[in-house]
Amino acid sequence: MNQPGQQTANAGGSFIPAPRQDMEYICADCGAKNEIKSREPIRCRECGHRIMYKKRTKRMVQFEAR
Amino acid sequence: MPPAITYDSRKHVGVHAERVSHVSSTNFPGHHPHEDHSWDLERFKKGLTVKIERLSNRSIEFDLVGVDASIANAYRRILIAEVPTICVERVYVWDNTSVVVDEVFAQRIGLVPLNVDPALMDMKQTQNDQATDRNTLVFRLQVACERRKNAPKDTTDPSKLYINHEVLSSHLKWVPQGEQEIVMAENPPAPTNLNIVLTKLRPGQEVDMELHAVKGVGKDHAKFCPVATASYRLLPLVILNPEKPVPRELAEKFQECFSPGVIRVDPRTKAVSVDSKKTRKETMSREVYRHPEFEGCVQLARVRDHFLFNIESEGFYPPQRLLPEAIAVMRAKIATIKRAAETLLNNGDSLGDVEMADV
Repeated sequence: MNQPGQQTANAGGSFIPAPRQDMEYICADCGAKNEIKSREPIRCRECGHRIMYKKRTKRMVQFEAR
Repeated sequence: MPPAITYDSRKHVGVHAERVSHVSSTNFPGHHPHEDHSWDLERFKKGLTVKIERLSNRSIEFDLVGVDASIANAYRRILIAEVPTICVERVYVWDNTSVVVDEVFAQRIGLVPLNVDPALMDMKQTQNDQATDRNTLVFRLQVACERRKNAPKDTTDPSKLYINHEVLSSHLKWVPQGEQEIVMAENPPAPTNLNIVLTKLRPGQEVDMELHAVKGVGKDHAKFCPVATASYRLLPLVILNPEKPVPRELAEKFQECFSPGVIRVDPRTKAVSVDSKKTRKETMSREVYRHPEFEGCVQLARVRDHFLFNIESEGFYPPQRLLPEAIAVMRAKIATIKRAAETLLNNGDSLGDVEMADV
């Protein structure tokens, strides 16, 4: 399982290690922000739903408006 | 009463029941024997008229009379493809969690017309030119949707339930670069229409982008086109035959064969006449040719050098500025050709390669 806070730089040539911050996940049911901690059940704090989505990366993507 | 118009195959395009005749112009040197049709500036000046028929905020109708179809068509094509405007060309996305995917969203943003005077900006020479404050405008688009805290429970209206449930063109925020703050102070860049819905959002969804707008022309991409439509048609003409007048009892039926207002019927004598001010409204349905009782009474035609332009502006230019802009583009092109031709002429003696002067 992916350990939160242990995420290193993604593929793509970025050499700056990602700052150690807690990963936020989105509840698939209610959209609330959640943190997943190790050895704890994956469960939404708001609604108890057991499915989480990972957030989209904030990495910049370039497009042509065509 | 003005002299009755007769059909003249040199001036008119004949419209018949199932065909058109005399489509091409013949007033050029060498077509008619022993006649001088060489181009003459004085004669051209005398024949040329431009008259505005209708002008509104977004569209213009004007008559261009006394030019060849090639010139009228050149202006129409330049209006569509070569009058420059400013549009978003590059989109840098940091976050977009909306339902519209990045590339589709980027394309949508590109189509938003901006109210920037293209004269204030330079064209990028190549696509990968360095972006400077002279050739690029920067906009930020940062919108996040949230739930409204005190929303009424019984409503389903998203504008009452959420904050920023729509990303609108008014959310584009101009970020001045370099000298732009001073140059564009009078008319700060923004979309011409602030109510274009770019995408819809729901709580938790967010859009964060930087947009780079550049100058371009319609032949590169349709988003750069300054007009919505630019078209012309020839002036319709209804020519009555004085030798065979319309029978009195059929005058009303004759009138019905044309668009409303084109044919006048004298209430007393039932004599039929053409309202020359309203012939432009004639749809040229050729209905009159279907009735054998009117055979020979009338000839439909179009005036070959009378162009009725209809231009709808979309974007920065007010409609009355579009034709002058098209003429400016045409003159610049002619200047380029002239310089190239002169270079050719000067180097005519030597057999070496012809070198183009700098454009």
